[in-house]
Amino acid sequence: MNRFVPLALVAALVPALAVAGPAEDKGLEIAKEADRRDTGFGDTTADMIMILRNKRGQESKREIEIRTLEVKGDGDKSLTVFHSPRDVRGTALLTYSHGVAPDDQWLYLPALRRVKRIASNNKSGPFMGSEFAYEDLSSQEVEKYKYKYIKDDEIADVACFLIERYPVDKDSGYTKQQVWLDKDEYRARKIDYYDRKGQLLKTFTPTEYKQFLGKYWRAHKMMMVNHQNGKSTELIWSNFKFKNGLKDSDFTRTRLTQVL
Amino acid sequence: MTEPTVPSNGRRVRTYVDFLFKWRWLVLVGTLGIAAVAASGGRFIEFKNDYQYFFREDNPQLRAFEDLQEIYTKNDNTLIVVAPESGKVFEPDTLAAIGELTDRAWQLPFATRVDSITNFQYSHAEEDDLIVDDLVDLERDYTRDELDALRAIALTEPLLKRRLISDEAHVSAVYVRHTLPRKRSDEATKAALAVRELAADIENKYPGHEVHLTGSVMLSNSFFEASVQDLSRLVPLMYGVLLVTAVLFLRSFWGMLITLVIIVLSASTAMGIAGWTGIPITPPSSSAPTVIMTLAVADSIHLLVTLFQSMRRGMSKKEAMTESLRINLGPVFLTSLTTAIGLLALNLSDVRPFNDLGNISTIGVTAAFVYTVVVLPPLVAIFPIRAGKKSASERSNAVVTLGEFVIYRRKGLLWFGAAAIVFLSAMVARNELNDEFVKYFDESFAFRTDTDFASENLSGIYTMEFSLDSGEEGGISNPSFLEDVDAFAVWLREQPDVHHVFTLTDTFKRLNKNMHADDPEWYALPKERELAAQYLLLYEMSLPYGLDLNDTINIEKSSTRLIVTCDNVTAVRMRELQAQSEAWLRANTPEHMWTVPASTNLMFSHISERNIKSSLLGAFIALALIAVILGIAFRSVKFGAISLLPNLAPAMMAFGIWGMTAGRIDVGNAIVTTMALGIIVDDSVHFLSKYLRARREGGMATQGAVRYAFSTVGSALIVTSFILVAGFLVLTLSPFGLNAGMGLLTAIVLLVALGADLLFLPPLLMQIDKAPRLPSESQLPSPAEAAAQ
Repeated sequence: MNRFVPLALVAALVPALAVAGPAEDKGLEIAKEADRRDTGFGDTTADMIMILRNKRGQESKREIEIRTLEVKGDGDKSLTVFHSPRDVRGTALLTYSHGVAPDDQWLYLPALRRVKRIASNNKSGPFMGSEFAYEDLSSQEVEKYKYKYIKDDEIADVACFLIERYPVDKDSGYTKQQVWLDKDEYRARKIDYYDRKGQLLKTFTPTEYKQFLGKYWRAHKMMMVNHQNGKSTELIWSNFKFKNGLKDSDFTRTRLTQVL
Repeated sequence: MTEPTVPSNGRRVRTYVDFLFKWRWLVLVGTLGIAAVAASGGRFIEFKNDYQYFFREDNPQLRAFEDLQEIYTKNDNTLIVVAPESGKVFEPDTLAAIGELTDRAWQLPFATRVDSITNFQYSHAEEDDLIVDDLVDLERDYTRDELDALRAIALTEPLLKRRLISDEAHVSAVYVRHTLPRKRSDEATKAALAVRELAADIENKYPGHEVHLTGSVMLSNSFFEASVQDLSRLVPLMYGVLLVTAVLFLRSFWGMLITLVIIVLSASTAMGIAGWTGIPITPPSSSAPTVIMTLAVADSIHLLVTLFQSMRRGMSKKEAMTESLRINLGPVFLTSLTTAIGLLALNLSDVRPFNDLGNISTIGVTAAFVYTVVVLPPLVAIFPIRAGKKSASERSNAVVTLGEFVIYRRKGLLWFGAAAIVFLSAMVARNELNDEFVKYFDESFAFRTDTDFASENLSGIYTMEFSLDSGEEGGISNPSFLEDVDAFAVWLREQPDVHHVFTLTDTFKRLNKNMHADDPEWYALPKERELAAQYLLLYEMSLPYGLDLNDTINIEKSSTRLIVTCDNVTAVRMRELQAQSEAWLRANTPEHMWTVPASTNLMFSHISERNIKSSLLGAFIALALIAVILGIAFRSVKFGAISLLPNLAPAMMAFGIWGMTAGRIDVGNAIVTTMALGIIVDDSVHFLSKYLRARREGGMATQGAVRYAFSTVGSALIVTSFILVAGFLVLTLSPFGLNAGMGLLTAIVLLVALGADLLFLPPLLMQIDKAPRLPSESQLPSPAEAAAQ
């Protein structure tokens, strides 16, 4: 039984020790290809309903609107507006995501009529009490992980690449993520998240993919199941709109106060 | 007053013994084979190391606790207490030790959250920003002034002070939450061993630091260790008891060996069947082998004593065996039956480990009866047994003298006995029901000493958790709800024995202050609902992995968990505090906030209360059944009824003695009535059957019949009582308090019962049963023999 801890430690160290080899190169190539296929979308807006469920089956809903601006050479900019629960209506989050450096974030609190910078550089906690961590939802820049190709696999009869990726940020809640990307379109089909002790923590399953502008695929339903606490969160997306003509000036701290 | 000549069943017993002697090897090998198959189930025995197994699924306190955990988070935990020799936590090396512990604790099995003073998410204001970060930056070299500043922050933070840091900042704790899947029985042990390894590592790496471990994971693991210790320490002691008994009463090596074979077979058969049928082992059920061996010794001693007596009178081995079986088969069957009834009645207990104890012991007692009747005669045939010298008890006339004394002093004894019964029964009320699970473990357990250290220096594990409901989605931000919660926390903090109160309102106050440039004037609850909700959103966005508020707020944000930690208090005080808290909520808050608290500790606080009721019901049913059986065996309603008194009174009196001395009853004591009943009834069965035989067959008057009973079974009663008392006293050496307490109280009941049967029952018979002679029923077999058929 005492072997457990050393094993867990070894499991945690393996990615750090892994030197670049063919599997690593192939993993990175796959990640880059997936990223390449999603570039050039310009901007998007979409609505999202977040449904939280606990072990007793109780539910709670949050309604959110998200505007994203693609930024060449850096992470995307996004504006997240909360419509419900009622108490936080009009609260808005502005994010400048970056590759390896921590993202910049500001939150507008209408009740206080102030924009507050979220100064924590450790934002791996749950997003609005859900099973999604902020790091699961933020822009998935290629540089945020190291990669390794594992094997070809199938998810629901769809041929997939299975790759592992290891977060670069030491404050990440994960040691490892296993990502299944379908070979046709490089869309994520499933992600398993492993916690700091190397134990399976959550499984992410996006479904109902639809294509936009003949190129960009967006899942309209996402499920995150936490295997350890029995809670789950479902995201239901709608109203995807591309090329809305959003500009840098729509993603500033001043605009944050005028989202409604 | 000689033994009646060859009654009707004599011939059948003779045929039976002839058969066993003739086919002795076949019978022996066959039985051993069956026993081996049964015992081989031992490899499937499962050690349950989960304290929750103590509670049935429908236990209301367990249900409340499970509900709470399903709404928030599972709460299995380890508290790792770090005590620096310097007595100062805010020193670079101590902070480094705590920091390393905090980091590495994330790797512990099933760990899902780690809280300490170093990773405490300290929020403060800097210009217009809300900074949320670890309180202690482990990569920084702090100056003396900075360390003092950190100390000051920690000691003003209600979420840390008295929870993770002591008032004087001399010890600090790391709190690890484990989410045990509860799929395998070794989860807690796995976690506990890893925690110990980590603690030892830290102690090595940071000299001058002691690490103490407590919490529910260590508790569960200690239950496992207690089971193992009981099995490995008490069973060998039972062999010691057997040896002494054999020397005192049998004076025969082969007699001892036979007894040894019988008890080992009985105990291993019972444990094996427990393995086959999936009855798990817990500390209470780990005392089953000791209980079985104790009861089994009595069976074979009865047979062997008569065997040797008969052989000394010149009978051959086979004749003596026949004689012994003829005389003892009935009483041994009857006593095994009544004992089994008492043990089976443990199934009515609310505490599953005691159901298991009852069932395993019942299997053992039944096996002991079968082995005594089937295996003992062949063994007697095989071994070169000789009669040996008279044993101490046979040589002495003390029992006869005692009988004369009882007859002479019958009035006095009757009054004395009645007075003792009344007085001691009145003392029963002095007992209070008190289960403190920490005290189940004696000081040989690290869990006990570490937990004591933690509660003396920092924080106890006696908690109550309230889920306070605002009655509406998002209602935790409602100022009027927050004010109610805060008032409750304030009231709780004023109560004696309350050590710490963990409440969300403290976080709201701190955030409000942070949002106003850390102005202490603003350390108060937000006045507007939206403001409170948005503060909380901002704060939640700033928290790192694992340190979220999901264990304090439900997903609808409609209720919050408030945790009260108490000093080392008794279960009685705990229940009182619980009642007072519930009453306060009813008197001062709206109805949706009325609730019943839950916690591990509250489950145990109510365990004996719940159990005593089911135990008494069990005892009542067992008593009724036994009275019916005795009535049938004695063929007399009157004597069936009379037999109740010497069996009911000892339990009452023993609890009275307990009330005058110990005064605290735990769940182990609570089951004693039920279990002991079936055992003590044996003495009165033996005494009354001899008495009745003398009255009915010998045509004797009351006094003569008493004299006859004394001379024939007096010494046997003393001998078996000695064995039983010694066996249960072995249990008092258990490091597990429930078993020790159960053993001691049972031993007291047995002693009092012996006293009642020898000193009170005879005077009672002489008072009630005054008819010169009973109608002769010599044409009928004796009652005990009737039972044997």
